[in-house]
Order: sequence, then C-alpha cells, then structure tokens
Amino acid sequence: MKSDSTSIAIGVITVVLLVAAPFLPNWAMSLANVALCYGTVVLGMMLLMRTGLVSFGHGLYYCLGAYAAGMIDQMLKLPDMALMVAAAAAATAVVSAILGLLLARYRDIFFAMLSLAFSMILYGLLVKSSSLGSTDGFNISAKTIVGIAVADDARRYAGYGITVVMTMLSALLLNRYLRSHRGRLAEAIRDNELRVEYMGSSVRSTVHLHYVISAVLAGIGGAMMAINIGHIDPEMTYWPQSGEFVFIAILSGTGNVFAPLGGALVFETIRSFAYEYSPNTWQMVLGITMLIVMIFLPGGLWSLIQRRKAA
Amino acid sequence: MKITTVVRGAVACATALALAMPAFAQDKKTSIKVGFVTFLSGPAAGPFGVPAKMAAEAIVESLNAGKAPAPYQSKGFGGIPIELVIIDEAGGATKQVSEYRTLVQRQEVDVVIGYIGSGDCLAVAPVAEELKKLTVLVDCGTPRIFEDASYRYVFRTRPHATMDAVAAVLYLLDNRPAVKRVSGINQNYAYGQDSWNDFEATIKTLKPGVEIISSQMPKFGAGQYGAEISALISSAPDVIHSSLWGGDLEAFMLQAQPRDLFKNSQLVLVAGEPYLHRLPGKIPDGTIVGARGTNGVFAPDSAHKRWLTEIYKAKVGIDPNYPAYSTAEAFLGVKAAFEKAMRQKIGAATPMGAAKNVKEEMEKAYAPPNQDEIIAAFEKLSFESPSGRVNMSLGKGHQAVMGTAYGTTRTENGVVKVGNIKYYDAERVTPPEGMTSLDWIKSGMKRSK
Amino acid sequence: MSHLIAVLIDGTIYASWLFVIAVGLTLIYGVMKILNIAHGSLYALGAFTAVTFCNAWFAHGYPALGSFAMLGLAAIAVGLVAGPVIERGLLRFMYGKDEVVLVLVTYALFLILEDVIKLVWGVDPLFVQGPNGESPYALLGNFEISGLNYPNYSLLLIGVAVATGAALTWVLTRTKAGKLLIAVIHDREMSAALGIDVGRTYFVTFTVGAMLAAVGGALTAPTVSVVTGMGAEVIVVAFAVVVIGGLGSLPGAALGAFIVGMVRAASIHFAPELELFSVYLVMAVVLIVRPKGLFSGAEVRKI
Repeated sequence: MKSDSTSIAIGVITVVLLVAAPFLPNWAMSLANVALCYGTVVLGMMLLMRTGLVSFGHGLYYCLGAYAAGMIDQMLKLPDMALMVAAAAAATAVVSAILGLLLARYRDIFFAMLSLAFSMILYGLLVKSSSLGSTDGFNISAKTIVGIAVADDARRYAGYGITVVMTMLSALLLNRYLRSHRGRLAEAIRDNELRVEYMGSSVRSTVHLHYVISAVLAGIGGAMMAINIGHIDPEMTYWPQSGEFVFIAILSGTGNVFAPLGGALVFETIRSFAYEYSPNTWQMVLGITMLIVMIFLPGGLWSLIQRRKAA
Repeated sequence: MKITTVVRGAVACATALALAMPAFAQDKKTSIKVGFVTFLSGPAAGPFGVPAKMAAEAIVESLNAGKAPAPYQSKGFGGIPIELVIIDEAGGATKQVSEYRTLVQRQEVDVVIGYIGSGDCLAVAPVAEELKKLTVLVDCGTPRIFEDASYRYVFRTRPHATMDAVAAVLYLLDNRPAVKRVSGINQNYAYGQDSWNDFEATIKTLKPGVEIISSQMPKFGAGQYGAEISALISSAPDVIHSSLWGGDLEAFMLQAQPRDLFKNSQLVLVAGEPYLHRLPGKIPDGTIVGARGTNGVFAPDSAHKRWLTEIYKAKVGIDPNYPAYSTAEAFLGVKAAFEKAMRQKIGAATPMGAAKNVKEEMEKAYAPPNQDEIIAAFEKLSFESPSGRVNMSLGKGHQAVMGTAYGTTRTENGVVKVGNIKYYDAERVTPPEGMTSLDWIKSGMKRSK
Repeated sequence: MSHLIAVLIDGTIYASWLFVIAVGLTLIYGVMKILNIAHGSLYALGAFTAVTFCNAWFAHGYPALGSFAMLGLAAIAVGLVAGPVIERGLLRFMYGKDEVVLVLVTYALFLILEDVIKLVWGVDPLFVQGPNGESPYALLGNFEISGLNYPNYSLLLIGVAVATGAALTWVLTRTKAGKLLIAVIHDREMSAALGIDVGRTYFVTFTVGAMLAAVGGALTAPTVSVVTGMGAEVIVVAFAVVVIGGLGSLPGAALGAFIVGMVRAASIHFAPELELFSVYLVMAVVLIVRPKGLFSGAEVRKI
C-alpha cells in the first residue's frame, strides 16, 4: 500500500528527528529548523505546482504568518507557540480565501505576476508601518507552548519540537489529501482544465482550495520561522524570498511530500556552506547549483530517488 | 514508495551533513578567532561594508604586529594573535541569524564583531544572548537595540543615530536661525524614516514656528529622482534634510545639482561625509554634512587617528571613512576590555608567597581572561579610539556614547573641504539612560548630566 | 497648473526610462516565452561597461561629445557579447521546457552575473566622469518650463525611447524578417515546418533584447552612480510595466510605461507617501480588470 508506506515513513522520521534532537550540534539543529520551516512552505508550493500553478508571491503568506505570530506576542502579549501557529494559519486562511476569489481565475505567468504584485503591496504596507519597525522588523520570543511555560534553555528544543511536529503533520495530511479524489484532480487540472470541467468537476473551486491550503502552509512555515529565528521583517515578503521558494520547489520535484522537505534541507545546507566558504561569491555558487539541477535533473532531486527505485 | 527508500534517503542526507561538517580539533588558545560580519555585496557594500572589511584587515594586521599606538601596543589581544573570519551581511535578518549560529558554532569564533544594518543588529542580539557569545555591534543606527531590551553579551561601541538628527538641528539653527520652511528626502526604510522623524521632532521642539512642507520618501535604491527633485524645487524649502547614503545619495546629487535645486535651498546631509571625496563639483558649497560622530574629517588629531589613517591608506589608498572608524572602535574596545580583564586578574591574584600553590595560582592568573571576565571589564569601559574617547555608559554599560560634530562644505581646487566645524558633547545630543529617543526629543532634550 | 505640467514632464521622462528598460524584456517574452530575470543583469552590465568605455574616452582627452558614442558602443558591445553567449551557451538547451523552469534558469543566471559584475568591477559605486568632471549628463545643458529646470539629457532619453519603439514597430510590421518573426510568435512548430530557421530567430531576438537592456543601462549610467545590485532594483519594475501592458506586446510596454510613469510622478507631487506602492497598485488594478494586461490577444483553447 503506497499511501501507508509514506505515512509510516513520516512517523518514523518524526520520531528520529525528535529523538536525535539532543545529540545534534546546535548549528545542525538550527539548520534543520530552517529547512523544515522552508519545507512546510514548499509543501504548499508543491500542491500548487501539481495543480499547474506557480506563485512568485508566496512570500506574502510566509510573511503574513510570521507577522500574525508577531502580533500575538506584541499586541496580545500571549507569547505562546501553539497560539502563534494557529493565528498564522487563521490569518493566512482568511486572506487567501479572499484573494483566491480573484486569483483562481488566473493561470501561468499571470497568476505568478498577480501574486507577486500582492506580495509587494504587503511589503510596501509593512515598510510604511513605523510602529512595526518598518524594514527593521521586530523581535519576538515565544515563552510558552499550549500554555505551559518553557524554561529559557529548553526554548530552542520546544521551537524545534513544534516545527518537527507541525511540518510532519502537514506532510502527513497533505500526503493523504494528494491521494484523495480531489487531490488527484490537481494533476488533471494541470494537464487539461477543460477535460476536468467536462468530467463535471469544478476547476475553479479546486484551484481556490489548493491556493488556500498552500497559503496556510506558507503561513505556518512563516510562524515557525518567526518562533525559531526570533525576528521578523518585511524582507520575508520581498520578491527574492518568494523566488527562493519557487527555486526550492523546482529543486525538489513534486513526486512526493518528502521531496520539498529534502529539497529544503539540501538548499539550506548548500547556502550555509557557500556563505561560509565563499563569502564573496555565494550567489554564484547558488546560481550554478540551480543550473546544474535544472539541466541534469529536470524532475528535481526526487527524480534521483525515483530513478533508483526503478532500477 | 518504499519506506526503505525514504529511510535510505534520510540516512544519505545525514551522512552528507556529517561529512560536510568540518573536523574540529580544539587545542589550547594559540589565537583568538574573531568573526567579522559586514556587507560584501549589495548596495551597502561599497560605501560601508568593504571599507569596514578593509579596516578590519588592516587593524588586525597592525595589532598582530604590535604596531598600534599606546595603550594598544601589545600584540593581538593581550599578546594572543587575532584570526579573522569574514562573512557577508547581505541576505536579510533571517539569514543573518542562521549565519550567526554557523559562525559561533561551526566556526567556533571567540567573539563576533560587525553588523551594519539595524535589522540585522536587532535580530542577532537575542541570539547572542542565547548562545552566550560576546558580540560587538559595529554600526546600526537604531536606538531600539538597548532602548527596547537589555543584553549581557552584546555591546555597541558606537553611538546610535538619534544624535545625528539632534546635532544637525542644533548646527542648522546656529548657522541659519531664520529657517522657516523645511523639506526632507529620505529613503523609505527604517533608517530613513527614523532619521526624518527625529529631525522633524527636534526642529519642531527647538523652533516651534517651523513649517514642514514635504517629506519625500523614495524607495530604497530607486535611482531615478527626477520627479522628487521637481517636487522639491516647486515647494521651495529653505532647508532640505537628507539621510540618503551610498549610490542613492550620489545619484540624487548627480541629478539635483544641474537642476539648481540647491540654489535657494540649504542642504543638510546627515551621513554625507564618506562621499565628499567622491563628489567634487556635485556637492554645493555651504552644504551641512555630518559623519555620524566625530569620524573622518571631524576626528580630532591624535596618535590613534594618525595610526588608523596610515594603515588604512596603505591598504586602500584613501583616507578612512566613518565605517572604518567604527570598525576601529569595535576592535579597540574589545582589546581594551580584554587587556583590562587580564590586568585585573593578575592584580587580583594572591600575593606571592601567601598562596600554597604558587605555580598554579600564577598560571591561572596569567591565563587569558574568560568571556565573563572580558564582559565585566567591558561594561562601563572608557577607551581611546581614532575618533576620540568612547564611553560605554548607556544601556547598562553596553552602549557607547560619544560627542558628534557637523561642518559646512566648500570646494577648493576641486577638493571638497569641511569648515566651520562645531562639536557637540555627548550629554547634549544623547538621551539619558532609561528614556527613549523620541520621548527625550519631545520633552525638550534636557542635558543628560 | 504648474504642478500638472511638472507631473506631465516628470512622468514622461520616467516613462521613457521605463520603456527603454522594459522593451527588451517584452520582446524576448513575446518571441521566446522567456520571462528573463537576467534582463536586470544585462542592464547592469550595460551600465558598468558604459562607465568603463566613457571614462577611458575621457582619460584619453578626446572631445567630450564623443562620450555619447561610447554609451552606444557599450550597449552594442554588451548585446553582441553577452546575448550570443547566453543564448548559445545556455538558453538553447532549455527551449521547450516549462515557462517557470525558464524563469528560474534566468534567475540562476542573474545570481551568477551579479557576482561576475562584482568580481570584475568591484563594489565601489562608479561614475561616468572624466578627469575634469566631464559627464554626458551635464554636457547638454538644461531647458526650463514653468520655473523648473530639466536637463536636456532627459530629452535624449525620450528620443531614444521613441526611436526604439518606432524602429521595432517598423521592423515587425514592415520588413520580411519582422513578418517571419510574427509567424514564429504565433506558431513555432508550424513556422519551423515551413522552413523558417527558428533557432536563428531566437538567437537574433535574444541578442537584440540583451542589447536593449544594455541600452537602458548605458543611458542610465551617467545619471546615477553605478553600483552592484542596481539590476535587482530595476527588474521588478520592468516586470510590472510589461505585465501591465500585456506580456509580449510592444504597444503594451509603451502604454504600461506611460501609466506607471504618470502615476508615480503624480504620487510624488501630491502624495509622496504612496510612491512606494504606486507601481504595484497599478499592476494589481490593471490585472484585476484585465487579467492578461492591457494588450493581450485571444488565446486558442486546446482541448
């Protein structure tokens, strides 16, 4: 049973990641943390991509989720990790449901560009908001998890724990969804919308739903990033950030929910070491890596694993 | 999809990570590893990042050779050579937090010096606390770092940007008391907005009748200022305030000068100093310029200023600008704290003969100070730098205060000179401990002492 | 009234600049269906090369007016070198791939070129300026309208924008090469079957597009300080202009540039607070009303 094996693997990896935590060096844990947050965002990108859509503005929801989490800390003074993630999911669900009414009519590059426009408008709004620190952003610190206070020293582990659990839960649910009837429609829509319509399914409502799901995943990713990094700023909705998500999604491939998570890990590792060993030319290292992947692995990194399976 | 494939994939990833981990062999201290973070790419690299990097390299070479003037003549930090690791500050605060962790944990640096962007400073400070790593912020204008929070492991050896605006107004009113109509052109991001807000608040406090006509806020990196210049000319202000810097400032001056914007309007460039040598003929005579402190042309002559000028000039070929001065402040601050801690340890060691294990006691006293000892010595420290004396007196002893200066430009034989320099002491331009900058300005700016 | 005139003039100047930087982008998209992010790098390359050429010219003490020729030469040089190298060396292996993959290929190229520029020219901002302060920007003098001084260099910019638009329109509608190009735009496979050398068409288009990006950069160089990262700032604005007009449409790019230029100038004069959003607000509004931009053809439905 296909679906079972992926689900079981998700369970196994969750346990491995949680158990391994105390043994990981601090930097490796934060690298994994960042990769999982990115991975959650890219899970949503993967769903959109399967539907044939690419958003160049998903930074909008990533940033919105982070700021929703930040507001919980700043305005309500309730620095609870679970509450932050929930607030991010709620805020992004509402905004994407509204914008989705419009965006669900768009395809291809126009979908990408209108998403970009919306994300840049959020950027402009945040830059204008002096009370939110403008481009400097502000720091947040999450002190409790579901109401339970976490000691200062344990906070990193708590942040990591919630990230692992939320990411894997997202992967699990998305995996289930992708195997459902509606989930399978995604690829059909990508291949030919008219046929899907003729079969009696609503393309628009499916696209809308997938847009909202991907936005919520991006929001959760943003909130978790905010919790782990402890700082948020409008850069999170600036276009290169959105571009990075698209890049990780392409790098990963859309074959399986593990692809975005693995892709994000690979990307973060390359970036981190490029920064360290080639401080003057890290952009070039990233660019060349990107080209190599796109030329030699058009199906993304996941195609390596698939190829191996086939062999 | 087989579980084994996934598990195998995960194992492969983990192995790759483990292999990529550089092998560390921790020995006795033969060097002190300093992580230096500054902009190596992006718009801030040219005017700030690269001069800071050049200065850091020149300073480390000179300190390691023991060639700095007294009291910094010992080699490296307390006789131990300094090893420099440089990384790029570009990429935004989120990435800088990850890179900071890498620097501290994978590179295992002993101290982190750097950061120019305010957002980066704000983001990195709490992580420094978490990782308990001595971190010295080189620049970043925002006063929020120590006004909004307090830190044990974070120091800033530079005054914050409030004094730039306050001193600019004081200087302006001294030299042009009849000012009535004021406009501003500042980049639309945190530093530009703060700069304008502080200036606006200060001038309204000190000269209530002043009319604020317009505040142009072009996008950061806009490049084209045609319409802003037209709008400024048609509103005919007496004074134009600007905190533009880097390529944006240069583009603005290039486009504004031929259009006679400054014929009837006095220009105030809060951060204009590093560009004077680059803009002969394009910076009108009579422009009021600052250097965010007594740096560059405003630095009073001293052995330390001559030292920095000499080593920087030998490396880069021009005089050091204010990021180079800030870099020097940070390195000399750490050196001063390190060596003070060393002296205190030796001084506090049990007098010879009184102790049972003389040899061990002496070894302990002469061992390099640990981080806590350095921090204790750093707090409320006062030390000499190329821009004058630095007093770590704000932010519970973690935030420097210094005086500042403004001057007026005139061009002589194609070289822009700064004359009519006025100095403002720290107490007059800096809010006291426990008061935020904007509150202090609005309450009438009482001297903090 | 004088405000309105100022808005009109400022808007026109800015619109001309936008058109020059955006027209190559829409051309390449129209023909090759590549949304070329590296357009920003080519623009920057044009600017850096212009600085090098002009300053060398001034350093030799040649007549200052010749610096205009250097600006043009820089653009042509960048177009003729970078265009073919990128198209032959990279893009031709990518044709037929998904549009998004192509965007990312050019994004990768953009990252690489950013560092290449940094390695060649360093990070210090550069000026087009001779040893005695000569600059093509100041050379032409000013003109005055309702109390405002404008540099004549802006007229040159407007002239180049109009000439570029006219020349491209002429080539596309009046020449054989242009008609073949339109055939390729409509149906690549059918054109190839009819014997049109599609590979050559792509090669020429990309080279011309690269050259237009470099023209934008070279013309901008004397008015700014040329600095690393300048390409990144330009690319999103150019995208917005092209998308507003309708991707691949020449009159669309012109109209898009005009609208954005006017809206921006008006916001600076009347509501400086809004300047930051102006471009993206226009883009969102236009796309909401006309989902494929102002000038867009009907699309064939494939079942």
